[in-house]
Amino acid sequence: MREKSKTHVTLIILALTILGLFLANRFLDAYQVRIINLSGIYVTLGLSMNLINGMTGMFSLGHAGFMAIGAYTVGILTMPVSMKEMNFFMQPIVPFLAQVEWGFLPALFAAGLIAAFFGVLIGAPVLRLTDDYLAIATLGFAEIIRVVFTNTQSLTNGALGLKGIPNYTNTWWSWGVALITIWFISFLMKGTYGKAFLAIREDEVAARAMGISLFKHKVMSFAFGCFFAGVAGGLMAALLGTIDPNMFRITLTFNILLIVVLGGLGKIGGTVISAVIVTVMMEALRFLDESIDLGFVQLKGIPGMRMVVFSIILIFAVIVREKGLLKRAKGRELTYVKN
Amino acid sequence: MGDVSIFLQHLTNGISLGSLYALIAIGYTMVYGILRLINFAHGDIFMLGVYLTYYGVVYTALPWWLVFLLAPVLTGLIGILLERVAYKPLRGSARITILISAIGASFLLQNLGIVIFGGRPRAFPVPQMLNRVIRLGGVSINIVTFIIPAVTILLLIALTYFTTRTKTGLAMRALSKDYETASLMGIDINKIISITFFMGSFLAAIGGILWGSRYPQLMPLMGSMPGLKSFIAAVVGGIGNITGAVMGGFILGLGEIMLVAFLPRLSGYRDAFAFVLLIIILLVKPSGLMGDKVTEKV
Repeated sequence: MREKSKTHVTLIILALTILGLFLANRFLDAYQVRIINLSGIYVTLGLSMNLINGMTGMFSLGHAGFMAIGAYTVGILTMPVSMKEMNFFMQPIVPFLAQVEWGFLPALFAAGLIAAFFGVLIGAPVLRLTDDYLAIATLGFAEIIRVVFTNTQSLTNGALGLKGIPNYTNTWWSWGVALITIWFISFLMKGTYGKAFLAIREDEVAARAMGISLFKHKVMSFAFGCFFAGVAGGLMAALLGTIDPNMFRITLTFNILLIVVLGGLGKIGGTVISAVIVTVMMEALRFLDESIDLGFVQLKGIPGMRMVVFSIILIFAVIVREKGLLKRAKGRELTYVKN
Repeated sequence: MGDVSIFLQHLTNGISLGSLYALIAIGYTMVYGILRLINFAHGDIFMLGVYLTYYGVVYTALPWWLVFLLAPVLTGLIGILLERVAYKPLRGSARITILISAIGASFLLQNLGIVIFGGRPRAFPVPQMLNRVIRLGGVSINIVTFIIPAVTILLLIALTYFTTRTKTGLAMRALSKDYETASLMGIDINKIISITFFMGSFLAAIGGILWGSRYPQLMPLMGSMPGLKSFIAAVVGGIGNITGAVMGGFILGLGEIMLVAFLPRLSGYRDAFAFVLLIIILLVKPSGLMGDKVTEKV
């Protein structure tokens, strides 16, 4: 009975989302639609990071790197052949990619798979490190990926970046992927793998004693997270149309981290809501950077003010959360092993 | 002859860059030793130190040597403030939470820097006395290149004296050995932590001033790369160990300069060198070159 009413709620939410997207496409202007697209992409990103950081308890800061892999995969694969020749004027693109022009769906899949492949490649050796060390090692990998992309002129066009990537991403793509991510991660967490992830998060030693293979589950969780990060990166590339290695700095990872922290480590619903709120707020706070004319008084905008407010919110969110103001009376609050 | 002198030039450059990394790495290692916290904002404290010096020299009538002393003290106080605001409320909570707060603090300082100092790069006012080029056996070297390692070594000696011979230093080491027992022995934890942050930030500011004299271009984001690399230096040397941090700094500085000097084709990968080194060390010897082996208790 409970299971059934839950299904109903899910269906209603799904129907409302589709209706909402339909109405948004009809009545909102391009800028607002763009924000909706970004929200969808950030939902995917937030969830994929939450799978790694919140649900399996591994502190990874490599998201920007995996997004970069996904973004470049989609960029290179979907870009028309003539556009490639225009982009790569410093050095021609490597021959085996010169004549490639894929559709969006296979390119997105490739983006996710390549990101996941690198996730496994990187994760297998470093995931045995614990929190701080893992954080700094994954952050290091993201930086290495960025540096490599800046230097491989004939593959990624180096610091010049890629321009003229076809704008495939629309609200159906961005939110479609987001919904698939929500569904997949809920599905995953319900099964044995999800239970194993949670067990690892709560206590690695106890989990190992219960016969859970740490290596297998950690790499698996990391690979899934990287897959969705790569797909989201691909969506981002097809939304913006222009990418360069400097987009994928640590700052990007921190934005996603903010979403995860505000939404609650290990919480799916919270992450979705906070992803939307943070994305909309990032745009809404733009007024802080720009000059405002109120008619009778003119406020001069200060560049950078937006990010100051943003980081203050991050610190406060962490402290307030820890003090328990946001803890719900009902429901399982996460506890980490203190050390 | 030419080859030898060019090699010597690279060597001195490497040593001076390494000394700068070492000075910043000490702050990371001291804080980590006591709080088990990667102080992500440390690189930005370094940036604040440089900017405070810049404003002190350019906008006040104080002599430059006085500013060079006052700015690090002020930076040290900012370090204490940072700990009180961003880390103290979270003491005792999970490490991932404090780490996120540290990232937030780093973000905040960088963007405050952009708001207050402006995004435009500024030129560091290098005092005439330090800005001289001398010729040494066919090699012309800026005198700062020699001053940097000298200052680092002096400070390291002073620091070693402080941690091994004074009561506060002893308390600091006790706290990093066993936090709980030490607090039971009547050590004022808050005071010791504040002193640690003060000293770490003070040294970062000194490092910043020397950095500014060597690479005189100031930007609000200038702290993030040196900060990350110095942290890597601290890990390579064995985090929590001051001598190790200095050693890690030298390895990193020399390695970077030599990579660019002898493999110019790879010079674009200069920033990746530190991270590759980090990952190799973490995989081969996670406790670092001089760190204690940590055994996990169940």
